Amino acid sequence: MKLIIAIIKPFKLEEAKEALSQLGIQGMTVTEVKGFGRQKGHTEIYRGSEYTVDFLPKVKIEVVVADEIVPKVVAAVVKAAKTGKIGDGKVFVVPLDEAVRIRTDERGEAAL
Amino acid sequence: MASILLMHGFPIMKLPMPLLLRVAPAALALALCPLPLGAQPAAPAPTLDQRVSALEAYVTNGDPGHALTGVPGPGHNAWMMTSSALVLFMTLPGLALFYGGLVRRKNVLSVLAQCLGITGLVTILWWAVGYSLVFGTGFGSKFFGGSEYFFLRGVTSAPNTNYAFWVSQNVFAMYQLMFAIITPALIVGAIAERMKFSAILLFVTLWMLVVYFPLAHMVWGATGLMNGVWNADAPIRAIDFAGGTVVHMSSGWSALILAMLLGPRLGFGKEKMAPHSMVLCMVGTGMLWVGWYGFNAGSAVAADSIAANAFTTTTIATAVAAFTWGMIEKVLRGQPSILGFCSGAVAGLVVITPATGFVDTTGAVIIGVLAAAVPYFFVTKVKARFGYDDALDTFGVHAVGGTLGAFLTGVLATGTVNGNLTSGAAATNGLAALVTKGGLWHEQLKAIAITLLLSVIATAVLGVIVKALIGLRPAPEVERQGLDLAEHGEEGYIE
Repeated sequence: MKLIIAIIKPFKLEEAKEALSQLGIQGMTVTEVKGFGRQKGHTEIYRGSEYTVDFLPKVKIEVVVADEIVPKVVAAVVKAAKTGKIGDGKVFVVPLDEAVRIRTDERGEAAL
Repeated sequence: MASILLMHGFPIMKLPMPLLLRVAPAALALALCPLPLGAQPAAPAPTLDQRVSALEAYVTNGDPGHALTGVPGPGHNAWMMTSSALVLFMTLPGLALFYGGLVRRKNVLSVLAQCLGITGLVTILWWAVGYSLVFGTGFGSKFFGGSEYFFLRGVTSAPNTNYAFWVSQNVFAMYQLMFAIITPALIVGAIAERMKFSAILLFVTLWMLVVYFPLAHMVWGATGLMNGVWNADAPIRAIDFAGGTVVHMSSGWSALILAMLLGPRLGFGKEKMAPHSMVLCMVGTGMLWVGWYGFNAGSAVAADSIAANAFTTTTIATAVAAFTWGMIEKVLRGQPSILGFCSGAVAGLVVITPATGFVDTTGAVIIGVLAAAVPYFFVTKVKARFGYDDALDTFGVHAVGGTLGAFLTGVLATGTVNGNLTSGAAATNGLAALVTKGGLWHEQLKAIAITLLLSVIATAVLGVIVKALIGLRPAPEVERQGLDLAEHGEEGYIE
């Protein structure tokens, strides 16, 4: 099992969710986050006081999948979230030790 | 009256009209008089002519003479009750939201608490001594009114003809209370996010007694030092329709001193301290504008043509100023901001305040343009240059705007919109001549100087006293965490 973490532009969330759904992935966790990579922030001015805002709003999707489908999932998310412009985000793949379905106590891939 | 006669069984339909008219006043006096038949009523009943004159005086806001004394006029009283509610609305929740939206999320409740706390505190002070010290005359002093109205004794629904013929004195007292409330509430803008609630309440108590009550008496009290329009003996023939000096200069200049005494917020200049909700700020601005009609047009203390003029000049100056500030930003920065439009509107309202019942619409347009330009310069360039942390620009908008407005009033005032500038007390003390021949701005400068010096010196002294007694700033951890949790035990927004 692998934990796939994707940090993408917020307006791409629906597309990414759709792409995952079409691969049969029915569960995910979504968080609103702030961050930056090479994309610069912006400046706000309030009555002459300037503030540089470095952090940009992003969306983080976390989904746990079986090892075999990891490459397909990563490709699908990348395709759905890509705009070609700076700030598109990143996808990380993290090895996972265990997963448990709380309601039924199922473990491993049966829990996914 | 016919119904009263009918009640007593007079067959009025059978009386010829001339006889009816001659009999009616006496009949009315008898009907209303609780004395037994044959006893003398207290005073001769007013003649028909006097009664008609009194009704005409109700319409023209004049002295009713021998009839209709001691009773308010319904229209004028209704307008003043409405105006009182409008001015309270400016503080709760107008100013509360305007300032509340401009501070960081963790301090939003502290602003609301300060507005609420000041409202209650000042009301108690006003009831106990404030109204009397401002509008009484018992001391015969140019600086303090008197003690005759302490605890609002004697303040009833009958008009106090020193100030209005047709407005109940209790309504007038409540109306003026709303001014007394909003003035210290404006100060909290400069010291936002870094002053203890207890210190604010103690400071406001002292400040009202030392600054506001004497200043309001000087400018608006019947025996006031600088009441050019109504005090025939005023040494300084200055004019201030709705409070450019009393409210805006006093709060604004005091705010600067207090902000400097407090020092800047932790992280000022380094950390982001942007407004947490421009939405709330704009909502507050709209409420301030609407409420200000009570502040400005209500200062006519009557529903008359002077109020109508004030209503008009307030609208025009404010709208022009809001637009101008936005356009200045568009030209200088490329984008007009919400804060710019809001600041422009408030600046326009501030600068027109002393002038509103004294200038015409052309004057209002001039005031509107300058109201945007001059405060804009102060809040962007001057603040940056000197580095004081006037958190919400109380100095930049209210002190600068109030001073500018007080001065421009001296330049643009005209007797054509307000006959009180050229008659009555004004004719006696020389104000009328200054208005018609020019030179009023000179008297305005004297009023400006006195207001400025009183505010600055008193605030410095009082601030030091409060600091020595209980301290001004919260502990650094409290300031970092946010005042809401530590001082009020509440959060503005619970996720």
